[in-house]
Amino acid sequence: MAALPRVVLVDDHGLFRAGVRAELDGLVDVIGDAGTVGDAIECIVAGQPDVVLLDVQMPEGGGVEVIRAVTPRRPAVRFLALSVSDAPDDVISIIRAGARGYVTKTISGPELAEAVLRVAAGDAVFSPRLAGFVLDAFAGQEGQAPVVADPELDQLTTREREVLRHIARGYLYKEIALRLGISAKTVEAHVSAVLRKLQLSNRHELSRWAVQRGWTQ
Amino acid sequence: MVTVPDTQPAPLRRDRSGGVLGGVCAGLGRRLGVDPLILRVGFVIAACVGGAGAIGYAICWALLPAARDAGTRGTLLARTVGRRESWMVASGLVLLMLAALLLFRAWGVWVGDAVVWPLVLATGGGALIWRQSQGPAVVTPPPPAGGDDRHAGAGARPRRLLRLARPSLGIVALGAALIVGAALVFLWLNGALVPDRDVTLAVLVVVTAMTLILAPWWLRLARGLTEERAERIRTQERAELAAHLHDSVLQTLALMQKRAEDPREVAALARRQERELRSWLNAGSRREPGASLAAALEAAVAEIEDAHGVPVELVAVGDRRLDERAEALVAATREAVLNAVKFAPEALISVYAEVQGDRAEVFVRDRGPGFDLAAIPPDRRGLRESVLGRMQRHGGHAEIHTRPGEGTEVELVMG
Repeated sequence: MAALPRVVLVDDHGLFRAGVRAELDGLVDVIGDAGTVGDAIECIVAGQPDVVLLDVQMPEGGGVEVIRAVTPRRPAVRFLALSVSDAPDDVISIIRAGARGYVTKTISGPELAEAVLRVAAGDAVFSPRLAGFVLDAFAGQEGQAPVVADPELDQLTTREREVLRHIARGYLYKEIALRLGISAKTVEAHVSAVLRKLQLSNRHELSRWAVQRGWTQ
Repeated sequence: MVTVPDTQPAPLRRDRSGGVLGGVCAGLGRRLGVDPLILRVGFVIAACVGGAGAIGYAICWALLPAARDAGTRGTLLARTVGRRESWMVASGLVLLMLAALLLFRAWGVWVGDAVVWPLVLATGGGALIWRQSQGPAVVTPPPPAGGDDRHAGAGARPRRLLRLARPSLGIVALGAALIVGAALVFLWLNGALVPDRDVTLAVLVVVTAMTLILAPWWLRLARGLTEERAERIRTQERAELAAHLHDSVLQTLALMQKRAEDPREVAALARRQERELRSWLNAGSRREPGASLAAALEAAVAEIEDAHGVPVELVAVGDRRLDERAEALVAATREAVLNAVKFAPEALISVYAEVQGDRAEVFVRDRGPGFDLAAIPPDRRGLRESVLGRMQRHGGHAEIHTRPGEGTEVELVMG
């Protein structure tokens, strides 16, 4: 990669922003940070970063609100959710709002930088926990004939499921590629396809989570 | 940061901004998740066939308080007639009453002029008074600090007090006069004003009239009290949260400061506190320990984390009842995690459990040094006996995938 990805940091805890800034120093180019939804929208629209590291829970609507306000004006900006929350409705909602991935705040600096690079390149970043949530949400009640509105969007392929299970088991993309005998690019393509389904599917479980968070189309 | 999940459904309120007449259908529709149009059509049909719809609507209108958030727009009716709402409603109700009475006459049920005309009068007066008191219940906010002079004297009053939404006294007085007049007309027509006639009847009618006049205020006060109680409950929740934070989080923070020289201990303390706080926040959605496989795995992993100060990441998909075989699976998982802690103490340990129908799988993976499976002496009981043997005895099987330098993964399958 020629230049470091330009990153904006959004979190309502100043101490945490400072910590992440220090950890990412030299690995990515942090061009700004913001502590409120309003500041964040302004900062992102003006700075046009490649990637926004976004806290899920903030006053005044949280990360979902930032994505909703920025995307129509700056569609090229990509979002990576960074949160302490491990509640499925938080995680699924921010992904459905348009985030390209979700990592927890306990992630190490280099791992976070790698996740940012991956999101900047247009790939999706799934933590083991997110993979677990997604498998849960798409769990087909086999034999019970689930009510599927759009089989293309509402179900995972066997391969996608296999990739997600490996992520949930703690394998890295390149290890998964090695184990499944496919290329790392193919693994990424599978994950991106899952992300797309996650965002577009009308599956009942996914919609329910979105409604609980007050977020609907 | 803490968000208390708001799972309560919205209270049943008249939705005045979306309503046509009184907002009853809009409010009901919002609560029930039904298009108000359907309800409206239902009410109209019920009103045309026998009149039950009109009466039901009137009762709903009188008893449901208006939603607080939408007071600015008003219903279609209110927007059309503007400030004369009360007059329109009163005359409308009088007309409705007349219509109902005419209907009764058409059926041959006519109770006589002595009752009918006072009733019509009382309806008009009652409607005027009731409409005046049916605005949203107002709890006055505390006066803004340094606010304008008109509020200066209000600072001495209790912080929150109930206040009627400035009823115009003229209308109320007229309504009261109409009701009292109706009562008098009724008494006069029945000859009750002659001293030796039935005194009980006179008293009864007066009491009825007074009730009609005063009931709206009483109802309103009761509603205000309900809102105050809700506020009190919120305050209690905040106090409980503060107490919990004090008992757990602050204690842990104090401990961490004392142990600051031991980073491992500090990390373990922080992790235990995190887990405790999460389970407290998610109380209710968390599974009872001992009730299911996922809950038992959660408890086992937590115990190991506490005892050894090593982070273990557990991801569980699906769940099942904790029967004998699931218990064996949990025990085997425990051994596998302990083994990973022993041989790869610095590495991240991931546990992934998946239940699909009758089949349950658990993967325990560490990023430690790995080992040569063939080189383990046969007398080492750890993995062989407590993991492989246990799984086989309960009709499952276990596999160990490892190579030096590539970490270790134990795969446990039951079912």
